[in-house]
Amino acid sequence: MKETPLSNCERRFLLRAIEEKKRLDGRQTYDYRNIRISFGTDYGCCIVELGKTRVLGQVSCELVSPKLNRATEGILFFNLELSQMAAPAFEPGRQSDLLVKLNRLMERCLRNSKCIDTESLCVVAGEKVWQIRVDLHLLNHDGNIIDAASIAAIVALCHFRRPDVSVQGDEVTLYTPEERDPVPLSIHHMPICVSFAFFQQGDPNPTYLLVDPNEREERVMDGLLVIAMNKHREICTIQSSGGIMLLKDQVLRCSKIAGVKVAEITELILKALENDQKVRKEGGKFGFAESIANQRITAFKMEKAPIDTSDVEEKAEEIIAEAEPPSEVVSTPVLWTPGTAQIGEGVENSWGDLEDSEKEDDEGGGDQAIILDGIKMDTGVEVSDIGSQDAPIILSDSEEEEMIILEPDKNPKKIRTQTTSAKQEKAPSKKPVKRRKKKRAAN
Amino acid sequence: MAGLELLSDQGYRVDGRRAGELRKIQARMGVFAQADGSAYIEQGNTKALAVVYGPHEIRGSRARALPDRALVNCQYSSATFSTGERKRRPHGDRKSCEMGLQLRQTFEAAILTQLHPRSQIDIYVQADGGTYAACVNAATLAVLDAGIPMRDFVCACSAGFVDGTALADLSHVEEAAGGPQLALALLPASGQIALLEMDARLHEDHLERVLEAAAQAARDVHTLLDRVVRQHVREASILLGD
Repeated sequence: MKETPLSNCERRFLLRAIEEKKRLDGRQTYDYRNIRISFGTDYGCCIVELGKTRVLGQVSCELVSPKLNRATEGILFFNLELSQMAAPAFEPGRQSDLLVKLNRLMERCLRNSKCIDTESLCVVAGEKVWQIRVDLHLLNHDGNIIDAASIAAIVALCHFRRPDVSVQGDEVTLYTPEERDPVPLSIHHMPICVSFAFFQQGDPNPTYLLVDPNEREERVMDGLLVIAMNKHREICTIQSSGGIMLLKDQVLRCSKIAGVKVAEITELILKALENDQKVRKEGGKFGFAESIANQRITAFKMEKAPIDTSDVEEKAEEIIAEAEPPSEVVSTPVLWTPGTAQIGEGVENSWGDLEDSEKEDDEGGGDQAIILDGIKMDTGVEVSDIGSQDAPIILSDSEEEEMIILEPDKNPKKIRTQTTSAKQEKAPSKKPVKRRKKKRAAN
Repeated sequence: MAGLELLSDQGYRVDGRRAGELRKIQARMGVFAQADGSAYIEQGNTKALAVVYGPHEIRGSRARALPDRALVNCQYSSATFSTGERKRRPHGDRKSCEMGLQLRQTFEAAILTQLHPRSQIDIYVQADGGTYAACVNAATLAVLDAGIPMRDFVCACSAGFVDGTALADLSHVEEAAGGPQLALALLPASGQIALLEMDARLHEDHLERVLEAAAQAARDVHTLLDRVVRQHVREASILLGD
């Protein structure tokens, strides 16, 4: 499915809001959305929710033979997939650019920064090493996939336990989880990506930046800068994309902001890992089913907000007194032929304004309606139901409307119903204009 | 890599350069007659060839045409004999795709796309370190050769950080050693950064120095490329008999 294009109104609205330092969800420029981390029953499985963006991470391991030129190092493999349930625009085979970009960024952030000690993954040099595979699936796209994916990857890696191995001479024994407790991976540091969205408002240099853009902001942004750092304030990756022109001091400023954010997020991750560890040790329930909060309606009661209504009458009277009285409506219908009548001169075609003009000028809308009736019933329509002024008008889609000869002191409500039934007819706009012109000529 | 000193005590690197020195750059424009613009650049042992076709009508799906600007299309492929081990898949693998995307992004920002319907840039590289920088420099020359209007030269250079010193223009040996590497594409006149990419761990405090070293190196590349272009134009006008 093609992505629905962003309307110009929305784009302008978002850009104006950003100029005034406002974001749609009420955050400040440097605020992150709420991050929720939940773990599955198996080790190495986690779901990270950044606002509404949701990424599932799963780590698995396998014993393989190592690469020829790196015989003593384990293999790390990352794969990020944009699941079709994440956004209607994601289809198999259509996502190549974004997918390549995200995957390369994840690889560079996690592999090149050497966050995992690959030498410790070696079992028998040159023959058997562990291959660690991190699979990330995007479940819901609400902006800022990179941050959520990097958090999910590192959390999954920290949470994962691989089976214990022992080597005795030539024998390699692989213990199952029942025999020996699985062993965590040795992780040096935790690189976390922070995304900055840049907005250029006419100037050659981007003047506004936001941290953690959501999906709408991503659509209107001019460029993205991703900085991956760890809590020791070491930069692991910088990547600018989107064709914006940056200045050196902007990059430095962003790196400082990233440092602060990464420290907060790392704390959150460590706390989540600790909690999960505790729950497992104590034998409590863990896993996704437990971490998804039950959303139950426990009470069906609305709280009454107290409103002071003591002075409402006075206020209403003031307003009525100050307002102008509604204009007198005097109608002088002119009967042309049996079945056609005219009140007033006719106004501009206000097809779209019929509802508004009802309040100000009943006649305008009514006029148009009457003209319509006139056209529809040009020849040989009998005069029927003239006297049924007070009888309810049946709204029907039939082209032959009930005809009503109007008296000077008719009920204004009548016109309104006529107007609404007239609205049900489509494309009468051209005919009334012609008709009106003839009448003017006649007059 | 233990035992290989990237920066000696006297401040010399593995290939005898100083910290801020660039490798020898040689460039030629107008290498192919068929293409609208072409250029060949040698940066140390890295050789890059760039070819530009355009601006021409949109080929393939008309739906991709942008109403107000040109579409820039970049393709990167490296020759199979270019790296240490023979590469079996020159096209279509992720690294090539990413490189193509980055080049496209860099040049979309630099070329005045409002003036033309579409250009296509194809780049072929043989690498000895600094592939991105060589590609960008070659592509700049090729775009200039094709006569496509650009805001400014796009000059790129890589930089690294070893033992407290920032090194400019990394060679393959220095890249493989695994230290931090920064690739920077710069528009020299205004100092705006068109693309910034960094790998491996670098402490935040050193970022400024490395950025500055890369920017300075890019500006040095700019003086060189400027000279090459002027030389080329002079030769062409002599041939025309002015």
